Amino acid sequence: MTTNSVIHNIGFRHYDGPRLGRGWAFRSLLLETLRGAYGLGRPAKVKIMPWVLVGLITIPALVIVAVVILTKQESLPLSYTSYPIAMYLLVSLFLAGRAPYAVSRDLRDGIMPLYLSRPIKRTDYVYAKFLGLALAVWIYLAAPITVLLIGALLAKFSVGHELLAWLGGMFMAAVLACLVSSIALVLASFTKRRGLGVAAVLATLVLLNGFANILIAVVRMQSSESSGALFAVLDPYLLVDALGAAWLGVVPLNGTVQTDSVLATGVFTVALVVIVAGMLGILLRRFRKVGGV
Amino acid sequence: MGLVGANGAGKSTLIKILLGLIPPTSGTASILGFDCLTEGLQIREAVGYMPESECLPLDISATEFLVHMARMSGLPANSARERTADTLRHVGLYEERYRSIGGYSTGMKQRVKLAQALVHDPKLVFLDEPTNGLDPAGRDEMLELIAKVSANFGIAVVVTSHLLGELERISDHIVVIDGGVLQRSTSTAEATQLSGSLLVEVTDNADAVMERLRERGATVVASGAAGSFAVDLTEASVSDAVVEIVAQLGVGLVRLQRRRHHLAEIFAGEPRVDKRSADEPSADEPTAHEVTE
Repeated sequence: MTTNSVIHNIGFRHYDGPRLGRGWAFRSLLLETLRGAYGLGRPAKVKIMPWVLVGLITIPALVIVAVVILTKQESLPLSYTSYPIAMYLLVSLFLAGRAPYAVSRDLRDGIMPLYLSRPIKRTDYVYAKFLGLALAVWIYLAAPITVLLIGALLAKFSVGHELLAWLGGMFMAAVLACLVSSIALVLASFTKRRGLGVAAVLATLVLLNGFANILIAVVRMQSSESSGALFAVLDPYLLVDALGAAWLGVVPLNGTVQTDSVLATGVFTVALVVIVAGMLGILLRRFRKVGGV
Repeated sequence: MGLVGANGAGKSTLIKILLGLIPPTSGTASILGFDCLTEGLQIREAVGYMPESECLPLDISATEFLVHMARMSGLPANSARERTADTLRHVGLYEERYRSIGGYSTGMKQRVKLAQALVHDPKLVFLDEPTNGLDPAGRDEMLELIAKVSANFGIAVVVTSHLLGELERISDHIVVIDGGVLQRSTSTAEATQLSGSLLVEVTDNADAVMERLRERGATVVASGAAGSFAVDLTEASVSDAVVEIVAQLGVGLVRLQRRRHHLAEIFAGEPRVDKRSADEPSADEPTAHEVTE
């Protein structure tokens, strides 16, 4: 036996490092939801849909930028706040895929008991999933908006003006992300089957948009007043379009939601808060009993 | 420690109370010095839980899943990765760690479930029916693994089963509950102590062997089968005497076996409530039983 032989210890090693607790666990779940939304750490086939959709929503922005620079335009043809609204179908498609991926999978695979045995509370799960998905949607919207900003700066538009408008766009994108994420999560959380969740989210978002547009048009035919704009509360995209106009004074994509009434601004704001809070309330109720406890 | 009870006896409910997920209908409980009613977060940071149900995501790899679960338990990112690799090696899944869980066999999935309960190096793990759905070989492997967790890893284990034989093999303490009420709490050694008899089987001449044993003052009881009988183990020399006599008579000794009680025998009859359980707050609903290391 030689004196310089080595003992390879492959026994169980205990962990005596820090345990970061509830806040860290919450962050980890939020990040996991965000990563899952873009298929990171997932097999290739999960990555396809989100990244195709990222491509689809960014390409128009690239085209706009190219046209603006080549034809030496004075301003962007589509504003930072209008862009996400104009792309509402792509945003709905993204949500239809991602919301069920965030919650239906956990329901189907029965993962809740594992989360519940971790140092988090049941409500943390709901909030982490909501914020994770909202963050994913916000990033999805932020990408093309930022492409527009880069284009505007390359075209030598006024830097201060563009930055301010871009910040407005990012803010309204965040509002839209929270609103549509809350709605999509509620729809997705009621089925273990992802296909059903996808269909439910897409159908609901598309139908709401059509329904609200028709009602607004009908009211406008009956009277010249702008009271029809109030029907914007029925559709998340119209609502955010109207809120952008009301809060930031930007030109809405859909002129029919334009209103100068302070009352309308109040109605829109209250509608936003009520919808998001209501959806979160439903989600919390939905997950109160999940996990067999 | 083994927790035994029929289906619906309240084993899983007891674990959920101890994890601080549901309040007990009466009584109090504490784990590792933490109150189950108010300090659930601290408990769940220091305790691991392997649920009975299917609870694994199928489309990600065991590594990806375990890293996430380790982070959910509060481990920093780097430690989570290290411990994931360690834990997967200990449960024998190191080779398959990058394959997605959907392609695993039932036995491998059970080991992933065990691994997620151990990955954060808990002081105590609750294993709810860990051998459920496994074939005999898989059961043996799982039981060996559990024995290893307890003996080599120094992690206290509470394992539930409706099969007494399994718990007999791996636990040093057995708790029996039924209808949420403690029936019996005793050490396995005590439960399966020597009954004080020796089973002997010889090829022939059994009567002569019995006669000589009686001459030496031993109490011999013939059993139904030809050539076999039982000797009371009044003193340790009895077994030597049997061997000696058998050698003298030149008969073949087929069997010389100490007879142990099996847990199944003990619990087969009327459920007995021993002295210790009388001190427990007994109620119709599950009451908590204090578990300390």
